[in-house]
Amino acid sequence: MQLIEGEKDQILAIVGEVLKNSPKQREDLIPLLQKVQAKLGYLPALAMEKIADGLNIPAADVYGLATFYNQFRLNPPGKHQVKVCLGTACYMVGGDITLESFERRMEIKEGETSPDRLYSLERVACVGCCTMAPVAVVDEEVEGKVTPTRVDGIMLALQDEEKKNEKELKSNQEEGEDA
Amino acid sequence: MSNFTPAEIYKELLEEAISQGEARKEKTRVLVGTATCGVAAGALKIKEDFLREIESKNLSDDVDVFEVGCIGHCYAEPLAIIAKPGHPAICYGRLDDGLVHRLVEDFLVADDPSYEYAMAALERNDVFPTFEDFPRGIYEKKLILEQCGFIDARDVNSYLAREGYSGLAKALVEKPEWVLEEIKAANLRGRGGAGFPAGLKWEACIKSKGDAIYVICNADEGDPGAFMDRSILESDPHLVIEGMILCAYTVGAQKGYLYIRAEYPRAVTHVQEALEQARMKGLLGNSILGTDFNFDLEIFQGSGAFVCGEATALVNSMEGKMGMPESRPPRLAQKGYRGKPTVLNNVKTFAYVPLIIRNGADWFKETGTPESPGTAVFSLVGKVVNTGLVEVPMGTTLRQLIYDVGDGLPNDREFKAVQIGGPSGGCLPESALDVPIDFDSLQDAGAIMGSGGLVVMDEDDCMVSVARYFLEFTQHESCGKCTFCRLGTKHMLDILTDITKGKGDGDSLALLEELAEDVRDGSLCNLGRTAPNPVLTTLKYFRDEYIAHIEEGRCPALACRDLILYYIEPPKCSKLCNVCVGSCPTEAIFTRDDGLKEIDQEKCVKCDNCLKACPGEYNAVVKISPPVLPPEKVRVAK
Ligand SMILES: Cc1cc2nc3c(=O)[nH]c(=O)nc-3n(C[C@H](O)[C@H](O)[C@H](O)COP(=O)(O)O)c2cc1C
Ligand code: SF4
Ligand code: SF4
Ligand code: FES
Ligand code: FES
Repeated sequence: MQLIEGEKDQILAIVGEVLKNSPKQREDLIPLLQKVQAKLGYLPALAMEKIADGLNIPAADVYGLATFYNQFRLNPPGKHQVKVCLGTACYMVGGDITLESFERRMEIKEGETSPDRLYSLERVACVGCCTMAPVAVVDEEVEGKVTPTRVDGIMLALQDEEKKNEKELKSNQEEGEDA
Repeated sequence: MSNFTPAEIYKELLEEAISQGEARKEKTRVLVGTATCGVAAGALKIKEDFLREIESKNLSDDVDVFEVGCIGHCYAEPLAIIAKPGHPAICYGRLDDGLVHRLVEDFLVADDPSYEYAMAALERNDVFPTFEDFPRGIYEKKLILEQCGFIDARDVNSYLAREGYSGLAKALVEKPEWVLEEIKAANLRGRGGAGFPAGLKWEACIKSKGDAIYVICNADEGDPGAFMDRSILESDPHLVIEGMILCAYTVGAQKGYLYIRAEYPRAVTHVQEALEQARMKGLLGNSILGTDFNFDLEIFQGSGAFVCGEATALVNSMEGKMGMPESRPPRLAQKGYRGKPTVLNNVKTFAYVPLIIRNGADWFKETGTPESPGTAVFSLVGKVVNTGLVEVPMGTTLRQLIYDVGDGLPNDREFKAVQIGGPSGGCLPESALDVPIDFDSLQDAGAIMGSGGLVVMDEDDCMVSVARYFLEFTQHESCGKCTFCRLGTKHMLDILTDITKGKGDGDSLALLEELAEDVRDGSLCNLGRTAPNPVLTTLKYFRDEYIAHIEEGRCPALACRDLILYYIEPPKCSKLCNVCVGSCPTEAIFTRDDGLKEIDQEKCVKCDNCLKACPGEYNAVVKISPPVLPPEKVRVAK
């Protein structure tokens, strides 16, 4: 994924700050990665290189670790994040069909972020509300009984929101120009 | 050392907690269940609704609203308990804003408890039945879940007031050996899956005499379909903390960790708060309860790899390495975290410890079976009416658990199988339902106790597909260290995938069984060694389903999507309603010249939408397997 404007500076600043305020032993590596991801939303390659430098270990070790653990994401999260539960109970009632419907609507595969960075799609294990299976977590809100029709509804709502945002942005800009 | 004895210090804490509790009880309390499943069902909004309604009635000074954890009746979320002086505390389920409005108006303002909406009372009374009067009440026995959902998880006083930390106060005036003997006498077996006696594990650690000893709580909970450990940590964190402190006292540890999944943010927050409060009360940290015993706890956030639940992999990941298992011995008791002797137990194992110390080993052994004393905790999910967290005595049969506690299957469906033990466990059929639940009997049947995931399946669930699901999970989670675990499971997965697509052949099953044996024997840790279980049990009990897939290209459960097609039965279709046409995401359904609807099989993505959409009075959309259209029907071109 391409870095967008200003992102590089932001990454360097955040990694620098986290490194400054944390212990730097090998056993601090996972907590360090967690802190950086909490701030950036993901682990860009640049951040991992800087962390490797900071701990004085090969960058390959950091990559290895980040890819080994499911928690770490190497792609930036979309503005809207959808996580589809594929825990046992959800799978049994068609969680995979739900996931597929999202893939179709977002035009990306599970694990990816759309090129405009508006949407990202992931699968997760049981979110603890199997009663409502199949479940999807949309921007931290848990949605139950997510049939493909419901997927269409959710996506329409998100797209509407985006359209509204765009309009507002435009009218704000126009106001700005008027002034 | 303080001048006061632990008993005296504890008494003071207890009195303070009780008087705070009494003061609270003078007011009306609304307890909203906000464990993960509650929040998912909208509990936080319900809490807001209560606060708003209460304010609008100017009751804010008379009513307190608290968050509590999981009471186990997750099927009825969102839930709240209302405790109003002069009435028994009553639990209400399936709340929405309208119901909240009514409860505030009728019960909080007027004095009518609206029994028509009540689920159960919490204490015995003359007016309304309690949870114990539910049919499942006879079979359930709550030890470690007893307080879950009833106490304020975010207030240590709430735990203290119910005898919390009394086990610790009792133990600190005894020698560590006394605690060890109690735990050994209780025959407390590890609840993380293997059932190894906790007392023996602790003893091994004491005997290995390293200079530092660590105590670690395994809250990695990797089973993709289970959530007991998370609920306990969210709902009653001090129970686990007290258990860990008792363990530390016994083995002489000064430092401990709770290894909690980072995906469980609520559990992490609740435990973090609980640790701070315990420290403030002098129950954790330096000179605990005025003695010279020092012990502190920290949280380590696990990064979500199933294999990290394995003891040695967990330690590796805490040391900043890849979470890969090591061959044992040495056991953790000899060489664990940072190379030092380490005790690792599951959340539930630690949760029993305070209760055993409080009430004695004999009390614990009254419940359960001689070989597996105590209770078993399950997250009961799938095709069962009462989903949720359940705790039953060991020795309860699967049938009692599913039909009496869980109230059977919904919609009059036929029971097919129960999956127990998650990815390491197996699928058991009807004929195995009378097996008592304990560590050993389940193993004989081919499943394992596991850490408590229990999924009920009905006639719509395909056993081949279920086996494939679990194998895909273990295959993905294999750390890759052992060739058989990495490649053997991949090979098995490919075969299973082929079968679900109707591409299996006569040799598939024999090959699967051969590979299963290789993977089991050639793997280092239990992830690999138990990975074949879901396949082996389904092959043993549901072989005919495999054969139907292979020989007839037919999925008896109509679940495998490559082996079915969707079809609209002309005589049943109303022709007029058009619902299915609108429901199809790919516009595959069209109206024929004769007015009937038909599915364009080329366009159909088998999303199941039309079948769900077609109104119940017609039910015209059906699935057909093998995927061959009925020949006699005359097809008309568009
Ligand atoms: C792949 C794998 C995953 C495991 N996951 C867990 C887990 O999530 N929680 C747990 O307590 N034990 C888990 N275990 C079992 C642990 O290795 C260990 O036996 C257990 O934590 C010991 O605690 P106990 O004696 O209290 O059961 C897992 C084992 C394996 C092989
Ligand atoms: S059995 Fe599998 S998960 Fe376990 S150590 Fe070997 S490769 Fe890793
Ligand atoms: S929804 Fe059912 S009844 Fe209605 S047109 Fe479609 S198939 Fe016919
Ligand atoms: S399996 Fe999806 S919420 Fe539990
Ligand atoms: S989590 Fe809410 S009752 Fe179980």
